Amino acid sequence: MSDVVTMDDLSNEEIMSILEDSARLVPVAKGEVHLPLLEGKVLANMFYENSTRTRMSFETAMKRLGGSVLNFSSIGTSVAKGETLFDTMQMVEGYADIAVIRHPRQGAAQYSADAIDIPILNAGDGAGNHPTQTMLDLFTIMEAHGTIEGLNVVLVGDLRYGRTVHSLSHALIRFGAELTLVSPEILMMPDEIVKDLRASGASISESTNLASAIPDADVIYMTRIQKERFPDEDEYAKVAGIYMLGAKDMDDAKDGMIVMHPLPRVSELHPSLDSTVNARYFQQAFNGVPTRMALLCRSLGVEIPKEVKK
Amino acid sequence: MSAMRRVTAICNGTVIDHIPAGHALQVIKMLRIDTNRSNPVSLVMNVPSDKMGRKDLLKIEDLELNQEELDRLALISPNASVAIIRNYGVAEKRVVELAEELVNVARCTFSNCITQNPREPLPHKLVLYSRDPIEVRCYYCGKRQDLDDIIDNLI
Ligand SMILES: [Zn+2]
Repeated sequence: MSDVVTMDDLSNEEIMSILEDSARLVPVAKGEVHLPLLEGKVLANMFYENSTRTRMSFETAMKRLGGSVLNFSSIGTSVAKGETLFDTMQMVEGYADIAVIRHPRQGAAQYSADAIDIPILNAGDGAGNHPTQTMLDLFTIMEAHGTIEGLNVVLVGDLRYGRTVHSLSHALIRFGAELTLVSPEILMMPDEIVKDLRASGASISESTNLASAIPDADVIYMTRIQKERFPDEDEYAKVAGIYMLGAKDMDDAKDGMIVMHPLPRVSELHPSLDSTVNARYFQQAFNGVPTRMALLCRSLGVEIPKEVKK
Repeated sequence: MSAMRRVTAICNGTVIDHIPAGHALQVIKMLRIDTNRSNPVSLVMNVPSDKMGRKDLLKIEDLELNQEELDRLALISPNASVAIIRNYGVAEKRVVELAEELVNVARCTFSNCITQNPREPLPHKLVLYSRDPIEVRCYYCGKRQDLDDIIDNLI
């Protein structure tokens, strides 16, 4: 199947091969090399909720490869009038060669993949999966460290609701990373997930203290604590801003340690961090382009040349 | 087979033996046996069993359950043994098999699952994630389903 709904749709070998493809596509993603591999192909960007970053990076990826993009938004359309996802996807199948879907309901991407025959890439379904984010995260780690095995990855912030960290954790474990989970008590990673991770042989430690995790970290993956997750202001105020990184905190870090963040950030990354060698979050955002290019090509059955020349 | 004899032998119908003790009512619910209909249902609960310590037993008269109906009960009673009775004799023995996929058996219980929209036309699907212990997840959203909730969400 050429759908990518969860990371489980990709074997470890496939993931590595896609990451290698992504690395070769970097100059194309930057616009330095013209490589119209997807000329004549149409991508439908089906965004049932806003996610500017993800939508734009798919759009750039498709356009840099010579393809074109249809942007769909559910606001004020037939969906607002109650059209089923099934019906909307039937229409999309008639217009496009591949579809990316972002939907507030969990399971929407798998449902779409079952509803139609063109490939579906899941760009986030409710609190479920977001595999293309995971791919760009893995790519960013590989780019910095050349491997994932044996790295100590510290995941920080909202580990309870953050699907990004759930999906990433599973993937990191598949490649032999060690996880350190840092969060306030009420935002700890759900037991169910930690249990699953441990069952697959993961080495995991949990803590509420970020400072003590810095010296041993190879990667610190920060996340935003979202206000809308909390029933009231007071609960939010208790944990908002408890984890912050600035340039000074990098004094304790190992050489080569990188700081990542899915963005947008609020206060958890101080601007002083931006100019350090450790800051990798803007690079990470850019990495969405080559990894999504590689995924689009794979799903459309288009091979990426072994050498991409300027 | 003394437990079998605890309730009068039936002429025609289905006997379900080796139901985990205390689960017979759930089995009735899962099989969607209409308790308002006229065929008698005998229910024996908590009888001693060599294999299981205690077990429940069901006799449903004048109704031959088919394989698909029986496979549903594998979720709560995977080791049940089933006999189809015709003219007071065992005409067929059936094995309950836990299917890898349960299509249109129960709805996903997760409130934010795409299948919660009753107008979405694709079938409800639950998949077997683990046999021992039994764990079932929604095929679409991946959420683990509580077995007790499945009984309340049968289609
Ligand atoms: Zn579901």
